[in-house]
Amino acid sequence: MGEEPLVRWDWIGRNWPEILELAADNLVMALVPVAVALLAALPLGLAGARWRWFYQPTVGVVNVVYSLPSLAVFIVLIPVTGLATRTTVMVPLVFYAMAVLIPAVVDGLASVPDHVRQSAVAMGFTPLRRLLGVELPIAVPVVLAGLRVATVSSISLVSVGALVGRGGLGYLFIDGWQRQFPTPIIAGIVLVVLLAGLADLLLVLAQRWLTPWSAARVAARAQARPAAGERKGAA
Amino acid sequence: MGRLWQGGRAPAGDQGMHMITFDDVSKRYPDGTVAVDGLTLHAPTGEITVLVGPSGCGKTTSLRMVNRMVDATGGRILLDGVDVRTVDPPTLRRGIGYVIQQAGLFPHRKIVDNVATVPYLLGWDRKRARARAMELLERVGLDAGLAGRYPFQLSGGQQQRVGVARALAADPPVLLMDEPFSAVDPIVRASLQDELLRLQSELNKTIVFVTHDIDEAIKLGDRVAVLRVGGRLAQLASPAELLAEPADDFVREFLGRDRGIRRLSFVPGDGLRLRTDLTVPVSAEAASVRGTAEPWLAVVDGEGRPLGWVAREDLPDSGTLAGVPAAPYGAFVRERDSLRSALDAALLSPSGNALAVDGAGRVEGVVTRDELDAALARAAGGARG
Repeated sequence: MGEEPLVRWDWIGRNWPEILELAADNLVMALVPVAVALLAALPLGLAGARWRWFYQPTVGVVNVVYSLPSLAVFIVLIPVTGLATRTTVMVPLVFYAMAVLIPAVVDGLASVPDHVRQSAVAMGFTPLRRLLGVELPIAVPVVLAGLRVATVSSISLVSVGALVGRGGLGYLFIDGWQRQFPTPIIAGIVLVVLLAGLADLLLVLAQRWLTPWSAARVAARAQARPAAGERKGAA
Repeated sequence: MGRLWQGGRAPAGDQGMHMITFDDVSKRYPDGTVAVDGLTLHAPTGEITVLVGPSGCGKTTSLRMVNRMVDATGGRILLDGVDVRTVDPPTLRRGIGYVIQQAGLFPHRKIVDNVATVPYLLGWDRKRARARAMELLERVGLDAGLAGRYPFQLSGGQQQRVGVARALAADPPVLLMDEPFSAVDPIVRASLQDELLRLQSELNKTIVFVTHDIDEAIKLGDRVAVLRVGGRLAQLASPAELLAEPADDFVREFLGRDRGIRRLSFVPGDGLRLRTDLTVPVSAEAASVRGTAEPWLAVVDGEGRPLGWVAREDLPDSGTLAGVPAAPYGAFVRERDSLRSALDAALLSPSGNALAVDGAGRVEGVVTRDELDAALARAAGGARG
C-alpha cells in the first residue's frame, strides 16, 4: 500500500510557472485595492479628523460594506464587472482596506500632540503647510500600522475570489479540495503566508526609513528596559 | 471697573517705547464666558512683563491675543504701533517668538531643523537656516552634538532650551512665553530661569511671560501684572513694589507668605558697611590675635578666600590658625547679591555675621549683625514710604 506523501514536490516542480502566475495575480489583486483605499482614506480621514460629524457616518458606511459576506458582494458585482475578473475581486477589497485605513488616518492625526500643533500655529505655519509639514508626517507611524494590517489581510482575502473563478493562490485550494489532493492546498497556504510576511517586512523597513524618529524611539524604549542605567541618547 | 490699579509709581524704563499695548482688550466667548475683561497694559520695549494669576484669570488668552491665536472681541492690541488685527496671522506669528509649556518641538524633525523652523518658513535657504540654528543652540547653552538628534532623545530641560532657541531663530523683537518652565523639575526650572535672564541681558527682547507661579513672576519680571479670575488686572507693578505695596487683599493673598523676606531680594547689598578688621590670614600666629575683643574672627587662605569662623575662646596658645577648627560661614557677593543673600549668609554663620566677597570669591570684609539690623530697618522704612 503506497503511502501518499503530504507534499508531492514533483507536482510543484511541474506546475511552478502556473503557481508563480497565480501568486503574481494574487499580489496585484491584493495591493491595488490597498493603494486605492489609501488614496481614498487620506482625504476621508482628513475630513473625519477635522469634522467629527463626518467621521462616524463615513466609517459606518464602510463598516456596513465590510460586514457584507464577500460572496454576496461578488454575486451583486458580477453583472457589472463580470465573472472571474480582477475588478470583481478587488472592489470589495478596497472597502475592506478602507475600513482599516480611514480610522488609521484619523487616529494618526489625533496622535499629533496638542502642544505640537499649537506651536506649529504659533510659529506661523499656514494650515496647508502645517498639515503637510507637521501633522501628516507625525501621523505616519499610526497610518503605516494600519497599512500593514490592511495589506496582510488583503493578500489572504484575495483567495475568496476563487469562488467566483478569480482568487489568485485561492485557486490552488479549490483545485486541491476538488481532487482530494493536499499538495496544492499546502503550497497555496505557504505562498500566501510568505507573500503576506514579505509585504509586511517591506512595510516595516519603509517605516524605519520614513520615520527614524519613531523607530529610534521604540528601540530606545526596548533598550531602556533591560539596562535602565545606560540609556543611549537620553543625555 | 476694569482697571483697579493703573496708578502708582511708573517702574524704571516706563518712559521708553511700548512694544506691546493692550488697549481696553476683552475676550468674550459666544457662551458668555468672559476670559479677559477690559485689560489695559503696556509691555515696554526690552523688558520682561509677566502676566501672573490663578487659573481662569485669562493670562494665556491675553498672551495668545498678541499673536492672534485668539482674537480679541473688544479693544485693540498694538504691536509696535500696529493693530495686530490688520496683519495676516501667519505673517504676524513669524515675527513673534513663542515658547510653550512642553516645548512643543516637532518630534519628526532633528533638533537643528526644529530650531530652524521659522527661518525655513521665511524662505531662508537651508544652509543659512541651519547655520543660524547652530548658533542659537550654542547661545542657549546646548552642545552642538545634540543638533542631529530627535527631540525624544533630550531631557525635558534640554527640550525647553531648544524651544527657546527655536523662538529666537528669526531674531524676533518680541517673545511670548506661555508657562515655559512649569513642566520641568524645580532645579532645572531655576537654571532655565537664570538662563533666560542671562539671555535677556544680552538680547533685550520685549518679553511677555505667563506663569501661575508668583515666585517665578517676581524673579523674572521687570514688571508684573497680577490678574484675577475673570480677566481683570488687579495690579501692575515692579516686583519690589508689588511685595511692598500689594494693591488689595487678593494680591496680598496671591503673593503668599514671607512677603517681607522676599522683598529683601530687591534691596541691593552693596550699600552695606563692611568691617575689614575681623579678617585674619590662616598663616597668622594664634597668639598674635588672642588679644582681640571680638568673639569671632573670619579666617582666610593665602588668596583671601574664606575658610570659616574661629571663636576667640578656641584660640590655642601657640601655632598658626591652621590648626584651629573653623566653624561654617555664609558669604554673599557684595556687588551683585541682595540684602536677602546677606541676611542668609549671616544666618549660616554661628557668628551671626555675613562675609562679603568679590566676584572672585575673595573676602572684602564682614557685615556684622548690627549693620544688618540697621539695613533691615532702612528697608522696612522704605516699604512704608
